[in-house]
Amino acid sequence: VNAFHKEQTKRKQRQVFLLGVILALSALFLTAPLLVAEDSTPYVVEDRRSGYTYLSPENQQLQNDEFANPGQLWVEKGRELWQKPEGAAHAPCSSCHGDAAASMRGVRARYPRFDARSKKLINLELQINRCREERQHSAPYPYESEALLALTTFIGFQSRGLPVDVRIDGPAQPFFAAGRVFFMRRRGQLDLACAQCHEQYAGQRLRGDVISQGQINGFPIYRHTWQTLGSTHRMFAWCNSAIRAQPLPLGADEYVNLELYLAWRGRGLPVETPAVRR
Amino acid sequence: MSYDVVKNTIPAQLTNRPGDPERGRRIVLDREKGDCIVCHAMPLPDRQFHGTVGPPLDGVGNRYSAGALRLRMVDPKQINPQTSMPAYYKIEGLHQVAEGYRGKPILTAQEIEDVVAYLLTLK
Repeated sequence: VNAFHKEQTKRKQRQVFLLGVILALSALFLTAPLLVAEDSTPYVVEDRRSGYTYLSPENQQLQNDEFANPGQLWVEKGRELWQKPEGAAHAPCSSCHGDAAASMRGVRARYPRFDARSKKLINLELQINRCREERQHSAPYPYESEALLALTTFIGFQSRGLPVDVRIDGPAQPFFAAGRVFFMRRRGQLDLACAQCHEQYAGQRLRGDVISQGQINGFPIYRHTWQTLGSTHRMFAWCNSAIRAQPLPLGADEYVNLELYLAWRGRGLPVETPAVRR
Repeated sequence: MSYDVVKNTIPAQLTNRPGDPERGRRIVLDREKGDCIVCHAMPLPDRQFHGTVGPPLDGVGNRYSAGALRLRMVDPKQINPQTSMPAYYKIEGLHQVAEGYRGKPILTAQEIEDVVAYLLTLK
């Protein structure tokens, strides 16, 4: 009886396993045509390569799969915040901007941009906080807070697949130039410039890891190293610390300038928010 | 931090104590210190991942004298201003150094000597 029982359990396990395989395969076939059909600019544009192209197939799949991509948690949190009344104005984002799918499409691809009022660059995070202060009469979110990350990710997500296209002419020009200087300048105890690793040695290996071009089209990203989602500026601060340079405060002008330079440097690459990275 | 450079070498030891290759080997592998393997392939078959940014260090003890290795570690930019190799014994002329590292070289003079002694064993 015992042996019979065991045999039956085994058969059941086999059936469950087979069912799993069939489900996984059908999921693959169902999603594969969607991926190909997705309206997206390619991950490589001329000599510019998205960090996506340096990922393992598993991580690429993780990013592609809307149900598995861990960054989607922030998209969903952001979707809730978009509709939540805030501040003394009791106004949600949607009271001015309506349906984000329409009003926010393309926004992420254009940031950072020159802001005529402050006569400085403004990135998406700072723009969200400006809206909070001026429209919702509410306190700005701390940089890298879950709420700011969520809204930034949700808004960025609306531009998925659109090519990054920032303006570097006119009043943005000096900020762009400053960002480029930052990128080229050696810093830290290790005395390295961003350009040395991410231009000169992109594609080479640091220990086991291939050095990417340092493109920012996927931010905010879910980064395995962090086990969470992080902003472009968190990444800059991380890189600075890695070369033993004093990290700047997140949201610092220097980092916004760098963000503009990098966005231009990756012009034409698709917005991948929320990307998955190592 | 004074030393004399002669024809792209630092011929004299930085300390009176001779370098210890075994200590040098540990410094080379220490991620907080030399961490050479992050950029260079090294003749260490037990290590799986080696960098490809710098030249392989296999046989470096044949190619360079102690003095040449010493300058290449102390301040390689005196030989090639464009190099990505950090200066391991230098505090001047750096920018935006993190608080905990300010005013300190990556390695001490004795650690430089230990690493030079180790590199000379790579024949």
